[in-house]
Amino acid sequence: MRNLLPILTVVAVIVAVWYLAAMRMNAAWVYDQAARDGIEVSLSQVIPATLTQERPVLPAPHQVVKGLADGLFGQKITSKRSLVYHGWVTLSATLLGFVFGSAAGMALAVGIVYNRAMDMSVMPWAIASQTIPILAIAPMIIVVLNSLGVTGVVPKAIISAYLSFFPVVVGMVKGLRSPDAMQLDLLRTWSASGAQTFTRLRLPSSMPYLFASLKVGVAASLVGTIVGELPTGAVAGLGSRLLSGSYYGQTVQIWAALFAAAMLAAALVGIIGMAERATLRRMGLAR
Amino acid sequence: MSGGITGRALAAGFGFVFAATLVADRWIVQAGGETAGWIKLANLVALWVCASCINAALAGSGRAAARYLVPAIFGISILLLWERAVAMFGISPVILPAPSAIWAQIITSLPTLGADFVQTFVKGALSGYLIGCGAAVATAILIDRSPFLQKGLLPVGNFVAALPIVGVAPIMVMWFGFDWQSKAAVVVVMVFFPVLVNMVAGLKATDQMQRDLMATYSAGYAQALIKLRLPAAMPFLFNGLKIASTLALIGAIVAEFFGSPIVGMGFRITAEIGRLGLPMIWAEIAVAALAGSAFYGAIALIEKRVTFWHPSQRR
Repeated sequence: MRNLLPILTVVAVIVAVWYLAAMRMNAAWVYDQAARDGIEVSLSQVIPATLTQERPVLPAPHQVVKGLADGLFGQKITSKRSLVYHGWVTLSATLLGFVFGSAAGMALAVGIVYNRAMDMSVMPWAIASQTIPILAIAPMIIVVLNSLGVTGVVPKAIISAYLSFFPVVVGMVKGLRSPDAMQLDLLRTWSASGAQTFTRLRLPSSMPYLFASLKVGVAASLVGTIVGELPTGAVAGLGSRLLSGSYYGQTVQIWAALFAAAMLAAALVGIIGMAERATLRRMGLAR
Repeated sequence: MSGGITGRALAAGFGFVFAATLVADRWIVQAGGETAGWIKLANLVALWVCASCINAALAGSGRAAARYLVPAIFGISILLLWERAVAMFGISPVILPAPSAIWAQIITSLPTLGADFVQTFVKGALSGYLIGCGAAVATAILIDRSPFLQKGLLPVGNFVAALPIVGVAPIMVMWFGFDWQSKAAVVVVMVFFPVLVNMVAGLKATDQMQRDLMATYSAGYAQALIKLRLPAAMPFLFNGLKIASTLALIGAIVAEFFGSPIVGMGFRITAEIGRLGLPMIWAEIAVAALAGSAFYGAIALIEKRVTFWHPSQRR
């Protein structure tokens, strides 16, 4: 907790800069309105007016917090205006995809580590695929599956699975290969079978790598789901809140959805972090 | 090497099955008939098993060329499988166009693809990347002398780096308009924090002994920074730059989904989705993949030149 003070300072500075920026960016509209009505406004009148606009260029932090609180707690959670509802739509697709994607990733990683031909043929492509913007195909997957009659949670889950797949493969392969020759030799002197080597040495030593890549994977999954919600014509989900907000100039709605997504991402990464700490402590690896 | 011989025999056997079913399929179709489902399936399976056997034999042979041959054969066999499956099962191009159709599309619409590439990659991604990474490096050097600011900024930076920042795209489009400036702004926000976090870590990478040596030379802060700590930070910086290169292209493309002029890769993808022009979308994706890998490769190449002294670059 020694770092709390510096972090709070930085956050306070960011909030202060945000307020100043909101005043500056929203002032033009206030002056515009005043000029249209033919009245002079003083600076002390402009500043409060910039922080309470209906559709500000940059909503002030308290407006975003209010929009967020209203979206989370002010509505029935089944309402189309509730961020809980939209968040759940996004979360369910993310989790479904993430579970399948990372499970498939781990399975492929085991295959790659134990099969030389698989390693040589698949691994270069898995690594190369990390450098290409896979996210660009998200809208296409949605629309193609839509035309095949597959709608709802599945197309988004496929995108989210696809995005979490490759980071997990690469991280897990690295982890399964992390035991050094000495450790492998030791197990051989104990005449450990392949399965024993796997469960007693390779799998445990891959855990730190696995959790690191799971964190990356779940964040990528969430981004994938949000982008996957864009082309469906803004039906449901945090991505559709972003899109409809941008269509209708509802800036508070955009920011609230953005913060809801950020909280969701932080929560998902945090949960994996907790699982990581618990696992590593159980293994005696915790720092 | 009995394993190699059986591998080769298996590969030849399945290769023969593939060729035989291919000829049979062609022959039946030319005669105006409908090939039986099992022949089509046998054709695909034989192709796949044949390629796997070749790869297994190559991987087992331990030849140096196998490092390039095996992934190449794997890639080609997937393309062939895709092509054959689309052709034999008559999959509609609205669902999955054949690789040959995508290639034809690339050839015929090179000018469009080129214009989209310039708009999205050169104007949007590259300018945003340069501004964002430059700002991040500058910030890292500025806060270098303040441990207080570092302690505060690093957790915040790490936190922000995990967030779905692409979501700021609609806001940036609202602020900076439809043209490339808004895309560059999204890219700036996306690349800033990963590069900042890595650069700050890099500036800490020198050890006490090295800093003491600088002190015995009576080097000032600026001299120690330029001669010792900046070079030592380079491996970390390039790590951040490589992560950011992928993010930059993603940011530029996704930002175009929220509004763009009538040119750009993201625009073309959304527009062609409406017209079900799948070959064009795949062509754009191929260009994006190529641009992404080339960008990453270029940075890796510069890294090799800059950090030639680092253990990870030794052969």
